Amino acid sequence: MTHEPFEKNSIILLIGILIMVSIGGLVQIAPLFWIDSTIEKVSGMRPYSPLEQAGRNIYVREGCYLCHSQMIRTLRDEVERYGHYSLAAESMYDHPFQWGSKRTGPDLARVGGKYSDAWQREHLINPRAVVPESIMPSYPWLATTKLDYSKIVENMQTLNMVGVPYTQDMLAKAKVDLEAQANPDSAGVKDLLARYPKAKVGVFDGNAQEITELDAVIAYLQMLGTLVDFAKFDASGPNLR
Amino acid sequence: MTDTTVERHAFSDALAVAGGGLVALVGAMIAIKTTDMAMAFHGVVLALAGILAALYIVTHAFGAKGLQLTDANGYTDGPIRVAVVAAVFWGIAGFLVGDIIAWQLAFPALNLDLPWTTFGRLRPLHTSAVIFAFGGNVLIATSFYVVQRTSQASLLGRYMPYFVVWGFNVFIAIAGTGYLLGITQGKEYAEPEWYADLWLTIVWVVYLLVFLGTVMKRKEPHIYVANWFYLAFIVTVAMLHLVNNATIPVSIFEPKSYIVFAGVQDAMTQWWYGHNAVGFFLTAGFLGIMYYFVPKRVERPVYSYRLSIIHFWTLIFLYIWAGPHHLHYTALPDWAQTLGMTFSIMLWMPSWGGMINGLMTLSGAWDKLRTDPVVRLLAVSVAFYGMSTFEGPLMSIKAVNSLSHYTDWTIGHVHSGALGWVAMVSFGAIYCLVPWLWQRKALYSLKLVEWHFWISTLGILLYITAMWVSGILQGLMWRAYDKLGFLTYSFVETVEAMHPFYIIRAIGGGLFVLGSLIMAYNVWRTIRGDEPVDAKDQPRVAAAPELRPQAAE
Repeated sequence: MTHEPFEKNSIILLIGILIMVSIGGLVQIAPLFWIDSTIEKVSGMRPYSPLEQAGRNIYVREGCYLCHSQMIRTLRDEVERYGHYSLAAESMYDHPFQWGSKRTGPDLARVGGKYSDAWQREHLINPRAVVPESIMPSYPWLATTKLDYSKIVENMQTLNMVGVPYTQDMLAKAKVDLEAQANPDSAGVKDLLARYPKAKVGVFDGNAQEITELDAVIAYLQMLGTLVDFAKFDASGPNLR
Repeated sequence: MTDTTVERHAFSDALAVAGGGLVALVGAMIAIKTTDMAMAFHGVVLALAGILAALYIVTHAFGAKGLQLTDANGYTDGPIRVAVVAAVFWGIAGFLVGDIIAWQLAFPALNLDLPWTTFGRLRPLHTSAVIFAFGGNVLIATSFYVVQRTSQASLLGRYMPYFVVWGFNVFIAIAGTGYLLGITQGKEYAEPEWYADLWLTIVWVVYLLVFLGTVMKRKEPHIYVANWFYLAFIVTVAMLHLVNNATIPVSIFEPKSYIVFAGVQDAMTQWWYGHNAVGFFLTAGFLGIMYYFVPKRVERPVYSYRLSIIHFWTLIFLYIWAGPHHLHYTALPDWAQTLGMTFSIMLWMPSWGGMINGLMTLSGAWDKLRTDPVVRLLAVSVAFYGMSTFEGPLMSIKAVNSLSHYTDWTIGHVHSGALGWVAMVSFGAIYCLVPWLWQRKALYSLKLVEWHFWISTLGILLYITAMWVSGILQGLMWRAYDKLGFLTYSFVETVEAMHPFYIIRAIGGGLFVLGSLIMAYNVWRTIRGDEPVDAKDQPRVAAAPELRPQAAE
C-alpha cells in the first residue's frame, strides 16, 4: 500500500477526502428521518399559532437561544428543576430548532404558564425589576414596536413547504387568528382555539390598543412546553423511544 | 508579453468588468424591490462592491500598461496582502466585540437597552468575526501563499483570487451588519441568512477552483502535506455549508427564510455542521498553517512524513462523527450520542499525533523557543492544540458532559482552542508573512512580538481558568441537593455566583485585545517600511526570501 496516488493526483486526493468526510454524517443524520423514536407523533402537538410563530421569529431575531436552552435533559436535577424531559416530538415544528447550547439563563422548554403575563411583561422590559440578580439584557423596544404581521401568511406558507401542516383554513384565517389571540374579547377566539388548541389568549403586553412585538413574544413563551399532557403521556407505551 | 497573453488579459479584464456590473445589477435590484430596510442596505453594499470593482478595472486595466496583477517574483501575492490586512482588522474587531459582551455578562447595563447592542445580537457578531472573518482571512491568505510556494506555480486565474478575497470580505460585511439589524437564521455559527449564504457559496466555489487549479498546475511532483489539509478544509466546509443552510426564503426579496429541517433532525444537522466548523475550519485549515510555517520558521523538516499521512486521514475521517457529543441526554437517540462520544474519544489519537508532529519539528532547534518569539507563538499554539484536544474528548464523555454541558466550561474549552491554538498560530503566520509579502528585511520589532506573546498568553490563562472554575461551579450548583432531597440553589443564585469569574474573564479578554493592538502596530510599521529596531536579533528567515542573507554554513 503506497500513499503515492493521493500525493500525485489532486483529483484522487479530492475523491479520497470526499469519501472519508461523507460517511459519518450519512450514518448519523440520515436514519433520523425515518426511525420511530425521532419521527413519532405525540398527541397534543400542533403547529404554532400565527401570533406564537411571530413571537418565535422575534425570539430567533434577538438571539435568545444564545443564553437559553429549550431542551430538558434526562437527568434528575433537570427534570426536577424544569419539568418532564423534552421529547423529540415537542420540537417537530421548530424551523429552526432552538435547543441552544448554553444556559446563561434557565432552560425555557417548559416556561409556558410558569409566570403570569404581567411578570413576563415586566421581566422583558426590565429583568432586574423582578429578578434583581439577573444579567439578562432589557428589551424595552418590544413593548413600543408594533408587530409587523403583514407577511404572516407568506411565512406560514413557507413553513408549510418545509413540512409544517398548516391547513388551507389556517392560512386563510391567519391574520384573524393572530389578532384574536391578542384580544380575549374578540369573536374569533373560539375559532382560534379550535384550530390551535391550548393557545393562550390575552392582552399580553397590557395594551389593548395595538399588537406589539411584546404580545407575540409572550404568547410564544406562554405556550412553550404546554402542548403535551404528561399526566396522560406514557413513556413506556407506544411512545417508547 | 506575447500577443496572446495581452489578448487573454484583455478578455479577462472585460469579463471581470462584466462580472462587477452583474453583481452591481443584482445588488441594485435587491435594494429596489425589497421592503425590508436591512436587506435594501445589503443590496446597496453588494451594488457598491460590484461598481467599485468594475470601476477599478476600467480605470486601471485599459491604459497603456495594463493592470499588473502578479508580483516580480512570478507569484500572485496581491490578494494575500489584502487578506492579511483584513485578518488583522477583523481580528481586533472580533476580539473587541468579544470583550464587550464579556463585560455585558458581568454588568448587564452595558447592553444599553438598544436592539443593536444587546448580547443576543453582538454574540453572533463576535463569533463570526473571529471564526470566519479573522480565521477565514488567515486561511485564505496562508493557503494562497503556501499553495503557490509548494507548487512552484502562481495562483490560477487573473481575477479569481482577488474575487475570493474581496468577495469573502463582502460576505462578512453583509453577515455582520445583518446580525446587528436582527437578520439571522438562529443557528449557531451559521447565522447568516440565505442570500448571504448564496453569495458565500459562489465565493467558496471559486476558492476551490483557484486552490485546486493551482495544485493541478504545480511543478512539484508531490502535493505537499499542508495542501492536503487546506483541500480537506475547503471541500468539507463547502459540504457542511450547503447541507446545514438548506432553507426556503419567504420570498426572494425577503431576508427571512425557514430551514428545511425541524427539531431533532435540525439539531443533528446543526451540530454535524457546528462541530466540523471546528474540525475543518478551525483545525484542518490551521494544521495546514502548522505544516508549512513551523518547518519554514525553524528551518527543519517536518518531524515524520508517515505520521502526517496517518494524522491527515484519521483526523478527517473521525472528526465528522463527533457532532452528537453536543446533544448528550437530549431527544437525540442514544445510539447516535454514543457514536458521537466514541469517535470523539478516538479523535484524541490523531489530534495528539498532529501535535507531536508539529512540536517535534523543532527537534534540533529548541533553542529558537528562547530567541525567536514567533517560533514561541507557533509552538505554544501547538501545545494549546494538544491541551484543548485532550479536554474535548474528556468533555464528550457522557458522564462528564452531564456536568459541563450548558456551562461556561464549554466556553472556556472553546477559547483555549480558539485563542490558544487558532489565534496564536495565526499570529505566528502573520508575523512570518508580513515581511515576506511586503519585501522587508525583517519585522519592525521582534521585541513587540515578545510583548504580544506574553500579554496574550496571560490573557488566555485568565480566561480559561476563570471559565473552568465558573463552569464546574455552576454545573455542581445546578445538581446540588440538600439533605431533605430538594435542589439547593435556585437558578438565579447560580448566576450570581458567576459574577467574579465573569470579571476575571473579561480582564483576560481585554489583555488579548491589547496584544492584538500591539500586533497591528508592529504590522503597520513593517508594511510602511520603517527601519526595523532590532534586525540583528531576528533570524535569517524573518526576511523576505529575496532579501535573505545566505546561510553561513
